[in-house]
Amino acid sequence: MNEMNEVRKPPVATTGIIGWLRINLFFNWTNSLITLFVIYCLYHFIPWILDWTIFSADFKYNFLGEQITNQEMCSRNLDPENGGACWAVIYVRFYQFIYGFYPKVEVWRVNVAYVMLALALLPLLYANLPYRKYFLYFTYIFPVIAYFLLNGGFGFAEVSTNKWGGLLVTLVLGCTGIALAFPIGIMLALGRRSKLPVISMMCTLFIEFIRGVPLITLLFFGMVMLPLFLPEGIDMDGLVRVLVAVTLFQSAYMAEVIRGGLQAIPPGQYEAAKSLGMSYWRMNLLIILPQAIRISIPPIVNTSIGLFKDTTLVIIVGILDLLGIGRGTLADTNWLGLSYEIYFFVSLVFFIFTFGMSRYSLYLEKKLKTGINMGAD
Amino acid sequence: MSEESIISLKNVNKWFGDFHVLQDVNLEVKKKERIVVCGPSGSGKSTMIRCINRLEEHQEGSIVVDGIELTGNLKNIDNVRKEVGMVFQQFNLFPHLSVKENITLAPIWVKKLPKAEAEELAMRQLEIVKIPEQANKYPGQLSGGQQQRVAIARSLAMNPNIMLFDEPTSALDPEMIKEVLDVMVDLANGGMTMIVVTHEMGFAKTVADRMVFMDEGKIVEEASPDKFFNNPESDRTKLFLSQILHQ
Repeated sequence: MNEMNEVRKPPVATTGIIGWLRINLFFNWTNSLITLFVIYCLYHFIPWILDWTIFSADFKYNFLGEQITNQEMCSRNLDPENGGACWAVIYVRFYQFIYGFYPKVEVWRVNVAYVMLALALLPLLYANLPYRKYFLYFTYIFPVIAYFLLNGGFGFAEVSTNKWGGLLVTLVLGCTGIALAFPIGIMLALGRRSKLPVISMMCTLFIEFIRGVPLITLLFFGMVMLPLFLPEGIDMDGLVRVLVAVTLFQSAYMAEVIRGGLQAIPPGQYEAAKSLGMSYWRMNLLIILPQAIRISIPPIVNTSIGLFKDTTLVIIVGILDLLGIGRGTLADTNWLGLSYEIYFFVSLVFFIFTFGMSRYSLYLEKKLKTGINMGAD
Repeated sequence: MSEESIISLKNVNKWFGDFHVLQDVNLEVKKKERIVVCGPSGSGKSTMIRCINRLEEHQEGSIVVDGIELTGNLKNIDNVRKEVGMVFQQFNLFPHLSVKENITLAPIWVKKLPKAEAEELAMRQLEIVKIPEQANKYPGQLSGGQQQRVAIARSLAMNPNIMLFDEPTSALDPEMIKEVLDVMVDLANGGMTMIVVTHEMGFAKTVADRMVFMDEGKIVEEASPDKFFNNPESDRTKLFLSQILHQ
């Protein structure tokens, strides 16, 4: 009896840190050699990158203690042997990177909009947030508030969108594009699968046409051709025209992603919903779409990240987003030659946002998976 | 006879492409009657009962359910579906919703029942199918027999006059078949009008008022269970019964 009760433990060498190391890093000779080679590379690379970006870098002053106002004063230009990155360019041009050419007196409005954006995202990020329902209401009305706040109206002085730039434009394009394309994409996906041939054909045509054309072409289309379709006297704002193009582009992709999810739903789900007397819309809203969207989370986030980065293409039609401001700064004779710093900074900002989205998708997948065994009988 | 019929199929024809799946099917079902439909696979039994709540469209003939004729009229279809509950071979529970939510969904959204009332109703239905303790689990966490009982409870929550069963035990492990059949026997004893497509001949003998045997899209024989099992008329029925009872 005693022997039966004794719990046999797994061999020491297969568990814990040592076990992990053995299995993952030193499993056999080739494996160990690769591990050692990677460690060697990291050993050289990490100190170098830390030195360049932080320890030897200039942030506001150069090694002589002077405040940097142009590229000639950067330590790495004064003393090519020793200087690191010259972040002073970011410091000096920070305002433009974040707000573009938004008037300084009104810039508090952008700041308020940034804070509100963070608040609007809060209920989406934390399912257990207290008073989440009220936060969600705020999320729904946030776009309207943000529009009047940024653009003007209701007593705010108007700030024309050609003064917007930098991160502001990137976020406006990215967030609006993603948020609007989602519902439009759902409608297009349902439309394409509709039994009514006219609706299905129109949706298919729209999707195939938009998807078959590069985003740059759509941007030009928005800039040059959209005004031709508008009645005379109505002038459409440049940023709005680009937004229309970006949203159309993204909704076509979103539609196909969601259609993929819809196709994974077994026909029995439709039949069960119908046999309970549900109408087409109830069936889709309550039964089909929640499951289809759940399945499609990874590709939805994938195309959203793609769009967020693709917004940099607006530089082609003369709108200065984050990257556009960076390129503008590079063209300035004061900051000529600091492309490493500027591209590094722009990449870092984009990475922070896209990495956030990617983690959010993982979190959603984990949260929605609990207790649900999709497709099991 | 047809005046008291709650379901009436007259000369119903249906084709899948060129395949004539239902050929001049006539069937009258009275209120509280229990019909068991059997026949070899591909004989059109499932298609026939799926026509009764318009999951399939018939192309010729007429189907009248509780005084409502099934045509292209969407309103009529919705009304019929509110009257008719259906249980499927593959259960078709909604995997993203808990057992309780599966049951309350239609009462809340289709019948506009207040949420608290719908939940009470759901618990009552779960008592009837004897699994109230599973209310907060998800379908994926239940056994096949439990899932099918939830599916029955989900249908019953809409308070239907008629229940259709499309091979409800065919996807179940043998030891789970009984728990589902027990629930169905209770339902039959409670006076529900039922059309059951099944190969469970023991069940048929206990509850059926009438047996319907189909082959190649036609109703070959209609008889009381006693006559059907002991003294069938057609040779096709005899052959089918000999195969199914002596396996």
